[in-house]
Amino acid sequence: MAAPLTLLLIVAVTIRAVLFRSSLAELISERVEVVSPLNAWKRVVEGLALLDLGVSPYSGDVFHETPLMIYLFHFTVDYAEIVFMVSPYFVDCLSCLLASLDRAKIFRKQKYALESDRYPADCLELLRSPKEMFYIPLKVAMFYLLNPFTILSCVAKSTCGLNNAIIALFIFCTLKGSALLSGILLALATYQSIYPLTLFAPALLFFLQRLYIPVNLRRSSFWCFTLQYAFIYVGSLVVITGLSFFLLGSWDFIPSVYGFIFSVPDLTPNIGLFWYFFAEMFEHFRLFFICVFQINVFFYTIPLSIKLKEHPVFLIFMQIAIISIFKSYPTVGDVALYMAFLPAWSHLYRFLRNIFLVSCVLLACSALFPVLWHLWIYAGSANSNFYYAITLLFNFGQTFLIIRPLTRRRKHPGGFDNEVSCFKSSVWKSSLKS
Amino acid sequence: MGLLSDPNRRKALTNLLTRLNTPICIVCYLAAIVWFMGLAFEPFTLRTYMSENAMGSTMVEERFSSGERALSLAKEFDAHKRKAGGMPVEWLVKAMQARGLEVFTQSFSRKLPFPDENKERYMVGGRNVYGILRAARAPRTEALVITAPCSPGNSNNQAVGLLLALAQYFRNQIYWAKDIIFLVNEHDLIGMQAWLEGYHHTNITGMEYSPLQGRAGSIQAALALELSGDVITSLDLILEGLNGQLPNLDLTNLFYAFCQKLGALCTIQGKLQRNDWDTAEGYTHAAQTMMLMVLKQACGRSWGDHGLFLRYHIEAASIRGINSFRHYKTDATTIGRLVFPSSPGMLTVLTPVVISHLTGVALYLLPVHLQEMAVEHFPVSETEAVVLTAIAIYTAGLALPHNTQRLLSGEGTEQGWKVLKLTALLYLAVLLGCTALINFSLGFILAVTLVPITASITPHMPKALCALAMVLLSPAFTILYCVFIYQELIEAPVSVGEGWMLFLSVISQGILDHALYGSLVYPLLALFIYPCWLMFWNILFWN
Repeated sequence: MAAPLTLLLIVAVTIRAVLFRSSLAELISERVEVVSPLNAWKRVVEGLALLDLGVSPYSGDVFHETPLMIYLFHFTVDYAEIVFMVSPYFVDCLSCLLASLDRAKIFRKQKYALESDRYPADCLELLRSPKEMFYIPLKVAMFYLLNPFTILSCVAKSTCGLNNAIIALFIFCTLKGSALLSGILLALATYQSIYPLTLFAPALLFFLQRLYIPVNLRRSSFWCFTLQYAFIYVGSLVVITGLSFFLLGSWDFIPSVYGFIFSVPDLTPNIGLFWYFFAEMFEHFRLFFICVFQINVFFYTIPLSIKLKEHPVFLIFMQIAIISIFKSYPTVGDVALYMAFLPAWSHLYRFLRNIFLVSCVLLACSALFPVLWHLWIYAGSANSNFYYAITLLFNFGQTFLIIRPLTRRRKHPGGFDNEVSCFKSSVWKSSLKS
Repeated sequence: MGLLSDPNRRKALTNLLTRLNTPICIVCYLAAIVWFMGLAFEPFTLRTYMSENAMGSTMVEERFSSGERALSLAKEFDAHKRKAGGMPVEWLVKAMQARGLEVFTQSFSRKLPFPDENKERYMVGGRNVYGILRAARAPRTEALVITAPCSPGNSNNQAVGLLLALAQYFRNQIYWAKDIIFLVNEHDLIGMQAWLEGYHHTNITGMEYSPLQGRAGSIQAALALELSGDVITSLDLILEGLNGQLPNLDLTNLFYAFCQKLGALCTIQGKLQRNDWDTAEGYTHAAQTMMLMVLKQACGRSWGDHGLFLRYHIEAASIRGINSFRHYKTDATTIGRLVFPSSPGMLTVLTPVVISHLTGVALYLLPVHLQEMAVEHFPVSETEAVVLTAIAIYTAGLALPHNTQRLLSGEGTEQGWKVLKLTALLYLAVLLGCTALINFSLGFILAVTLVPITASITPHMPKALCALAMVLLSPAFTILYCVFIYQELIEAPVSVGEGWMLFLSVISQGILDHALYGSLVYPLLALFIYPCWLMFWNILFWN
């Protein structure tokens, strides 16, 4: 297990190093599919320059990162490439240790359940054999490290990779059972971009399940724990925000970061759904549609939490996917994050007949994005409709990809108790090369 | 969604598709070819039309009368060119200044990656001369460009002469609202590339040039002139630009309209309009013209100086005067009125043409008709070393299956080659789709030759026969066939030996075009199409 993993890491590092040094790096860092106004490296450099001059980095409406991020890069800007490549490696080593512990636990559980005839007959094929599960962490690591989306995101030095790392750490801490760390990391992830707020519900459900507290609104134990967790979360958020205020000495960052995310003033085309609508909309209706689009991201939490309250880990996966598709400035780095977790549900593969079709759609769209961009902007033979058509198709493919496991899961609810441990080990494996 | 989620219906659909796979493929392929050739059939094509935004060509008067002056200027230019042994920069500067233009020069130099002995050059250095006629009444935000290349020998003198005569004529007009730039460039495309890069402050091809001192606003449209004789019988409109890009169709329609109005002959691909579209000869001519355009567009070269403007989103076309010894000759004044009032005419309406390009078409094939064109002879050169190396690498790839069999997992299994074929077919489909979007002719030619053999290949077919078929339909041989077909279509058929030499020079031109102007055909063929073909070659030799 260690040998293939090491080989994988070496290959991944080599690819990124080669690309960093080639002329493709500049080309990639300008692609709109890979960088957005929120996480482009060019803007980070601009913000740092303004900071060095003593001016607020948020003046001029170029820079939209959080103050903690500026200060992180303030100290590491000369080693930026190394930061983007190396940061999750520490995380990756820890995951190896965890994976081996987890496997033993899973098989013990599975064995006992089999012996006590707890699995209904038709779910037997969903049981995972030791051999399959042995390789899931490696597959998840491979899916993330060698995913072209991740590589592009890393070479473009988009801060999306760091955001992904924080989310992965949060998931790890949640699965490990540490409510404090989980709350703090969730607060950090929310502070970076607001959308991880929706991950509060699945994390809470997971802890409740782990502590055997039934989800009953009349029970005091439920409220007790919920308030504790909420307190940790909100408290950390307040502390982090206050720290940002003291670092920069002003509240400028709130309209620049969160106002920017919510009000979507920048309509540069990207792989998301917002830009086209807002480009053609009358000013009169803009506020209404902003509310509709933003509520769309947060709204799915409620029905999904009710439906999947027995399976909070799967709920986390679904939430991350929904954020990646419906957020205001998505990039391929966000897409790569939830794609990495797909092998954890590979036992559903036998029912995912459409995965081939969906993969072809996503592959074709990824190839067509630069072609139609070229035809639109440079050749003048196409217009924004062509590019948006491909964007729509891409998002449709993604939606189809995540809905299928959901419906499959709904039809086969038995036998998924051990997905927790499996997911845990695979989360570590995937953590997460930027 | 129901179709995809209901397992029974899905199973029925899948069974249907797998059973009828071969007939569906064959039908689709034949239908594609028939539909494509149907483009040359007149009832299926759109007649040339003026879109609603363009100012009618009937609203413009043509008043040029200085044809003889143009010819005398041409003779002067020729004399000075011989004396200077290259471009007579000082004479041009003085001539333009005498006509009231603001004159500037730009020097450039480029070292080719290997000597190009088609045109006998290795280190290319030269100077461009351009004069700007400022608009009298308007702010200087937009410009139009008229350009004539300065070629060695006897060619293009009349074009330069007309350019200068035109400058003089325009100087007296008061209604211009855009600046007009008169450009004489040296070393044809290289000089033009240097000028365009200097004008737009880019450096995509590694050329060294001196920065431009004078500038005139963003260029809206450009016309390139190539006139090499005093007597012209028809004007050929050249549209194909770099990477198969074409200018807006409205430009073509405008030119037709003017030619018809003045009674001059206008040709496309050197061929005239014919009215007997319902006869076999009529259709054959239309099809020949269309195939000529397809071949020219597919090779990705810029067939006139205008081709480089298209990359900067500037609509441009080249006009070449042809003397084909018809009895109906056009004298210089009429040419002047045509070309040049096509110029005040064309230039006046070029603005609305640019506006109308929002509804106009930039992806089209023109099946218009027949005439003679001079054949350029391509001698082969020291570039043979480079070209033969490329061919050697290509041929060495044929040995790949023997070397990689051991490394591939699933070797010797049915599953293995099927997975490889699936991946390779998907890759080919996406590649051909993207290529067709960017350069439709290239995509079509590659699809026609690659699809039948790749779709039907399996390791169980007779190896020798299939290997031969694959090699004969590989990209390299496709280029060879295209060379022969092209020579047939321009009515200058070549023997096998000459054809081979032409083929080698085509490859070297492809590499040079990529190095000099950023043409994408050679990298596409070498880095994307060829590996795809190699994958299918591997499948054939799967054991």
